[in-house]
Amino acid sequence: MKEEIIVSGRMNPKIDPVLHVWGWEIPIYLFLGGLVAGILFFAAFMYLRGKEDAYAAAVKKAPLFTPIFLGLGLFALFLDLTHKPYFWRLYTTIKLESPMSWGAWTLMIVMPLALFWGFSYVREVYPQIDFRVSWLQKLESFFQSKRREMAWVLIFMSVILGIYTGILLSAFNARPLWNTSILGPLFLVSGLSAGAALIMMLSKDRAERKLFSQIDLALIGIELFLIIHMFMGFMASTEVQIEAAQLFLGGAYTLPFWILVVILGMALPAVLEIWELRGHHIPAYIPALLILFGSLCLRFIITYAGQASRYLY
Amino acid sequence: MRYAMAIDTKKCVGCSDCVVACQTENNVPVGYCRDWIVEVTDGTYPQLELEIRSERCNHCDNSPCVRCCPTGASHYDEGGIVLVDHDMCIGCAACIASCPYDARFTHPDGYVDKCTFCFHRVKKGQQPACVEVCPTKCMYFGDLDDPDSEVSVMLKKRKYKTLVPEAGTKPQVYYLI
Ligand code: SF4
Ligand code: SF4
Repeated sequence: MKEEIIVSGRMNPKIDPVLHVWGWEIPIYLFLGGLVAGILFFAAFMYLRGKEDAYAAAVKKAPLFTPIFLGLGLFALFLDLTHKPYFWRLYTTIKLESPMSWGAWTLMIVMPLALFWGFSYVREVYPQIDFRVSWLQKLESFFQSKRREMAWVLIFMSVILGIYTGILLSAFNARPLWNTSILGPLFLVSGLSAGAALIMMLSKDRAERKLFSQIDLALIGIELFLIIHMFMGFMASTEVQIEAAQLFLGGAYTLPFWILVVILGMALPAVLEIWELRGHHIPAYIPALLILFGSLCLRFIITYAGQASRYLY
Repeated sequence: MRYAMAIDTKKCVGCSDCVVACQTENNVPVGYCRDWIVEVTDGTYPQLELEIRSERCNHCDNSPCVRCCPTGASHYDEGGIVLVDHDMCIGCAACIASCPYDARFTHPDGYVDKCTFCFHRVKKGQQPACVEVCPTKCMYFGDLDDPDSEVSVMLKKRKYKTLVPEAGTKPQVYYLI
């Protein structure tokens, strides 16, 4: 039998035998980024359609969480940096070729917008809050008058943010599993579906819950389609990508991926939602939590498995 | 100017002198290496072929590591040498993930480190430490734009290959085969 044996004398920590430079921080960051993108997209979209009162959880309530999620995500990213005192260097250059760079700048734009949006609604959601000082009230009415402009920017920026969470990984040609342009849309759709799930959980209104459960159903369908597409792309590609796909088709990540992401995170909530739409009563938080869980697992598994895929030479 | 290296796989015996010379010259922390030896055996027993390579950062002409660096810490320096500016590196590890050769690592001090082609020596007109110390003299370093440099001459005389050319990085370490 023809064989090839490669012996390497390199044993650098976190590089060999399998690359593991990114631990839990990056998947958490990607998950929170996607979730925020999803929430803000629906908030802006429903607002622009004039549905702010009909879909109050989407437009008013859920966005209140986004600055917190973004802050946590950025903190996770910060924890991941190994040369922390220099992190401000991220904001002294704009490098368009580097997804890490334009992602950092995207967050820099989304963060204040999320804050202002939430600020303009916080008293509507929590009427007991009282801005005692007059300048806060003035600021509030200023942002209230600018909601339309903010919504337009948000709709655009949230899509960029959602796609960015995937492109951050897909830009790496060196890791064949990540190197597929499907990852951008897949993570965007997964983020939108996580956002819709959270809105569903927060909503007290039947019609709103129903709408977002339908939206989720459609998004899960798109996700499954993208996943099938991703594997078809791998199987029709080069040797390294065929091998990368094997990680999910019999290799080390097969069970976690198909059970946690596809079955528990997509198929099961889809079935539950179809049931619900058929008139059975299923508490909204069950499919919603499953979707959020699946979306988180997707980031973890893709981040970890991607580092296990490589060129062999 | 385009600095490059040619390494003769037929002369290399895998003694690891280059690895140790680099660690000493560049104060590489214990347990890490900037260059390393790879031995590839292939064929059907008993017809086996052995190739020994001293590997390091390829100082690629189209470096994904430079492209993905968000701060510009990873950059092309004189003669196309790819360097990391320690005071600009935030340690995000994007460049480590982007290198198909896994040539980079995180230094215990936090920044990302790798082979520099011994830029500090090259600037003074000296050879990189690994080239200097190799007992079989199997490594050649110099300027590809100069047709009379040792590398250019070797690449004209001999057959050669680069590692994973399909990754599109245009590596500048050539292996004479
Ligand atoms: S070998 Fe790796 S680290 Fe060196 S220049 Fe090429 S991509 Fe960058
Ligand atoms: S770890 Fe440093 S050199 Fe590498 S991409 Fe990040 S900032 Fe650039």
